[in-house]
Amino acid sequence: MFDLIIIGAGPAGIAASIYAARKKMNFLVIAKNIGGQAAWSGDIENYIGYQFITGPELVEKFEEHMLKYGIQTKENEEVMELRKKNDKIWVKSDREVYEGKTAIIASGKRSRELGVPGETEFKNRGLTYCATCDAPLFAEKDVAVIGGGNSALDAALQLIQIAKHIHVINITSALGGDEIMREKVAKSEKVSILNSTRVTAVIGDSMVTGIKIKREDKEETLPVEGIFVEIGLSPNSEFAKEVEKNELGEIKVNCQTETSVPGIFAAGDVTNVLEKQIIVAAGEGAKAALMAFRYLAQQK
Amino acid sequence: MNKKVMVYSTPTCPFCTMAKRFLKENNIDFEDIDVSADQTKAREMVQKSGQMAVPVLDVNGEVIVGFDRERIKKALGL
Repeated sequence: MFDLIIIGAGPAGIAASIYAARKKMNFLVIAKNIGGQAAWSGDIENYIGYQFITGPELVEKFEEHMLKYGIQTKENEEVMELRKKNDKIWVKSDREVYEGKTAIIASGKRSRELGVPGETEFKNRGLTYCATCDAPLFAEKDVAVIGGGNSALDAALQLIQIAKHIHVINITSALGGDEIMREKVAKSEKVSILNSTRVTAVIGDSMVTGIKIKREDKEETLPVEGIFVEIGLSPNSEFAKEVEKNELGEIKVNCQTETSVPGIFAAGDVTNVLEKQIIVAAGEGAKAALMAFRYLAQQK
Repeated sequence: MNKKVMVYSTPTCPFCTMAKRFLKENNIDFEDIDVSADQTKAREMVQKSGQMAVPVLDVNGEVIVGFDRERIKKALGL
């Protein structure tokens, strides 16, 4: 039985692990990857100590710091369920079951999904959530970008350099995002913008061949080989069934990182703390580890 | 034991950077293939892996999609 189980190894989980190691707690880190959203960040200019650093470089520093304390992470492992049973925290992953006296949920956020038929099936078979990573694979192809905010516009701008034609499919009546980005996208002859349009299905055979859309009750199929989903983020909180969440699915915490369940703490972007910042997540992670330590001391 | 390792990547993908760093740290020689600069290689990657996301590693013919440290270690016998 562990003193503490930390779920996630983004800035919050990593900070928690370093504090837990310094308190000599017997703990475990389970994470889908190391770095979380920070790894995907471009240029970071507001993490103190670094006037300029890229996301992957900052994560490399985080990892070095973890290694200094010999912290091992169960990487590429996903938590499926977390419950409190008879004063113990029970964590079931896609590989094993673990028990702990306390837990810190620092599982962050992921790209929000469309929730339409074909989406899961064609993920990484033409449908992607990372334009920055995968856009170069769509040279001279017709593609669709789903979304109408800055991240969708940014994906469209990257694709203008690469793809043949880009359909921007936006559910609202006009594009959001920054004026300067909208102008750049609208100016390109390669882009067509479809407002008030929703995606109803992703279709294909071995790879994506098209997308079904609906506009004013009229359904049609656009032939595309690439689909870039850029519709925001959702918290990775589904596995924590018992803790209280807000309407966005974010785990509610008080200023001490306590959730509604004693012994379960949460930190970083998965929580309802408004500021989604690397430095804030790291600070909250540190607080959560110290709180878990204090909680254990009080139980004795 | 020398194994032939290829990494299909794009310059902007963080997990490509991490995968390459991991190989370097373990003193593994590899061929770095930038699929954003070479469309033939991009098609080759899609054919090999049956999917369209980077990174893809080819370790002596074993195809690994994504930066999966444990699988890479196993394939390399680390």
